[in-house]
Amino acid sequence: MDPANRPLSPHLQIYRPQITSVLSILHRLSGIGLGVGTLLLAYWLIAVAAGPGPFDFAQGLIGSWVGIVLLIGWTFALIYHFCNGIRHLFWDAGYGYELDTVYRSGWVVVLTSVLLTAGIWLALVMVSGIL
Amino acid sequence: MSSQTSLRRARGLGSAKEGVHHWWMQRLTAIALVPLSIWLLTSIAFLAGADHARVTAWIANPVVALLLILTLTAMFYHLKLGVQVVIEDYVHAKPVKFACVLANNFGNTVLAVSCIFAVLKIAV
Repeated sequence: MDPANRPLSPHLQIYRPQITSVLSILHRLSGIGLGVGTLLLAYWLIAVAAGPGPFDFAQGLIGSWVGIVLLIGWTFALIYHFCNGIRHLFWDAGYGYELDTVYRSGWVVVLTSVLLTAGIWLALVMVSGIL
Repeated sequence: MSSQTSLRRARGLGSAKEGVHHWWMQRLTAIALVPLSIWLLTSIAFLAGADHARVTAWIANPVVALLLILTLTAMFYHLKLGVQVVIEDYVHAKPVKFACVLANNFGNTVLAVSCIFAVLKIAV
């Protein structure tokens, strides 16, 4: 039979999204997003090295509302990827495979990421008066 | 015709001839990035609103410069490994896959070296 015409088993679109699959793809998405974010980090470091003029220009871009929205997104992406990465390291070491543990650790990761991101930005707004 | 049995091949490194090193380095860089990314995130948060002089003084501190270079090295290595897995999973046409993996390697190397050079230019 022509391989292109073979019947396929049910694929992604047929399954109900579950915490396991959603968090798994979110790990990849946040990783890719953080990869894009390294471009900003590189630009910022080069701007610091280039002198006060380029630095102030970069700070202006980052401090704009688009910049702040992106920074909040990257903060969440970093903290999520960090927490879920630790979850992955536990799996690599052979722990946490029971289904209820997988669900529980998943929700812990989501809750921790949301709370830490909110906490950091709340502290930033209150202490340094940005926004 | 090869006289090798399938078992002989299975005992070797498989058809890809590699993979364990990639997997292991992804975990090693991840472990290194646990303390390093906490440090970077907190440091950047404390630098919010800082002017050029304060940021330069921060990077010029030898301990900070060293930690920055370590973080950047582990980060771009980890990123390169992760993006390569994504490419290999989703890009199936061989020439396109080859081009993407090449661009990923070159791109991350250029970014990593640029960042480290910027840190050294400020700190040294």
